[in-house]
Amino acid sequence: MAKITYITHDNKIHTIDVQNGLTVMEGAVQNDIPGIDADCGGGMACATCHVYVNDEWFDRIPTKEDGEEDMLDMAFEPKKNSRLSCQIIVTDELDGLTVSIPTKQG
Amino acid sequence: MKKTDALIIGAGPTGLFTAHQLKLIGLDCEIVDNLDKIGGQCIELYPDKPIYDIPAVPECTGEELTNNLINQLKPFDIKFHLNERVEEVNKDGDNWVVKTSSGAKFQTPNVIIAGGVGSFEPRKFPLKECEKFENTSVMYSIRDKSIFEGKIVTIFGGGDSALDWAVELSKNSIVNLVHRREEFRGAQATVDTVHKLVNDGKISLFTKYQISSITGEKQLQSIDIKNDNNETKTLKTDYILGFFGLIMQLGPIANWGLNINKKTIEVDTEKFETNQKGIYAVGDICNYPGKLKLILSGFHEGALAARACFRLAKPNEKYRFEFTTSSKTIKDRLGVKGD
Repeated sequence: MAKITYITHDNKIHTIDVQNGLTVMEGAVQNDIPGIDADCGGGMACATCHVYVNDEWFDRIPTKEDGEEDMLDMAFEPKKNSRLSCQIIVTDELDGLTVSIPTKQG
Repeated sequence: MKKTDALIIGAGPTGLFTAHQLKLIGLDCEIVDNLDKIGGQCIELYPDKPIYDIPAVPECTGEELTNNLINQLKPFDIKFHLNERVEEVNKDGDNWVVKTSSGAKFQTPNVIIAGGVGSFEPRKFPLKECEKFENTSVMYSIRDKSIFEGKIVTIFGGGDSALDWAVELSKNSIVNLVHRREEFRGAQATVDTVHKLVNDGKISLFTKYQISSITGEKQLQSIDIKNDNNETKTLKTDYILGFFGLIMQLGPIANWGLNINKKTIEVDTEKFETNQKGIYAVGDICNYPGKLKLILSGFHEGALAARACFRLAKPNEKYRFEFTTSSKTIKDRLGVKGD
C-alpha cells in the first residue's frame, strides 16, 4: 500500500491509498480522480493516462520500458518528467509519490 | 435510404464477430467505421503487438486477428462503410434512422454500437489559437500536397507520417521538422533519409522543441518553439502540420440519449441493450457489473446482442437456437456442404 497524491489541473490535491500491484493509472480511475482517461485500459497504446511526476520522485520510480517514450510523443504537452501512469506499478516504496495531471489528455 | 436488419457501428473485432453472428442467424447487416480500414484498435493501435488471450489462439497480432475475422466473414456479403462517422441516430416509428458523415442514411430496427472508446480523430496541437487556422494553414492530414509547393512548411512529430511527409515535401518546399526528443520512432530507413536531408540542408531539424505560440491575424505568419530549458526560437512558416497519431473521442454517440458513464454505455447483460430499445452496445464501449475489456468478452456480448436483434428484425418469426456443427440452414448460409 502506498499513499499517492494526484494533483489535478485545477490544483486540487487528491491523496489516495493505492494497493500494491495496481498501477498509478488504476488508482486514479478506481477513485474517480478526473483527468486520466486511460482509453486503452493500460496497454501502453494510447497516451491518455499521461502524468507529470514530481521532480523529487522522477528518478526514484522504475524507469520507462521500451515503447513508453514513443507513446509520450503523442501525449498532450509532454515534458521531461512525463510518464504514462499505467506503467507505474505501486509498491510500498512509492509511498508519498506525487503526480500532476495535465489539463487534457488529447 | 438503405434498409437493413442491423447496423453495426465499429469494424473492430467485436463489430466483425457480431456481424458474423447476425449473418449466421439469418439477419442482414452493414458496418460503418470512421477509420479508413477494418480492424479498429487492433489495426490502429497495435497491429504488430501479440495478443495471448484469444480462446484457442495461443498467439496472434492485432493484424492477424483482424485478418482471421475478415476471413471468417468471407461466406457472407457484408457492406462496409469506411471513412464514415455516424453522426445522428433518430427514432422513426419502430425503426432507427442513422445518418453518417457522408450523408448516407440507414433505416433499421437495430443499431449495435461496437465503437471501442469512440472514433479515432487526429491529436491536435495543444494551443487553442491553432483552431483558427485549422484546415487552412494548420493541418493534421494532407489531401493535396501541391498547395505546399514553394512554401515554408513546419512539420511536428516523430513517427512515420511526420518523417515521410518531411522527406516528400522537402522536394518542393522549405521544410522544418520539429520533434520533442532526439530519437524518432519511424522506420530506420526513413530516419536515415531525414538525417541525410538535414545534412544536405534540405530539412531544418529542431529536436527537443515543442510549439509554444503561433502568430498571425488572417494568415499564419510564424510560430515559436520552445525546448525544456525554455529557449525559444521563432520560425517563419506558411503551414504547420501535426502528426501526433490518433486519439479516441466518443463524439456524437454522447448525444443519442444513452446512459453514459465515463465514456462507456450502460447495458443489460441479457441483450446488451442500452436504455433505448433497439440500440445495443458491445465490446469495450459497454458497461455492466463485472465488465472486462477483453476481446473475448466482446465476442460473447455480440453473440447475445445479435439474438436480441432477431426479435425486432423478424417480429413474426421465432428465433431457434442451432449449432453450426449440425444445422443445415446455417451450413447453407455458410455455403458449406452438409453431412
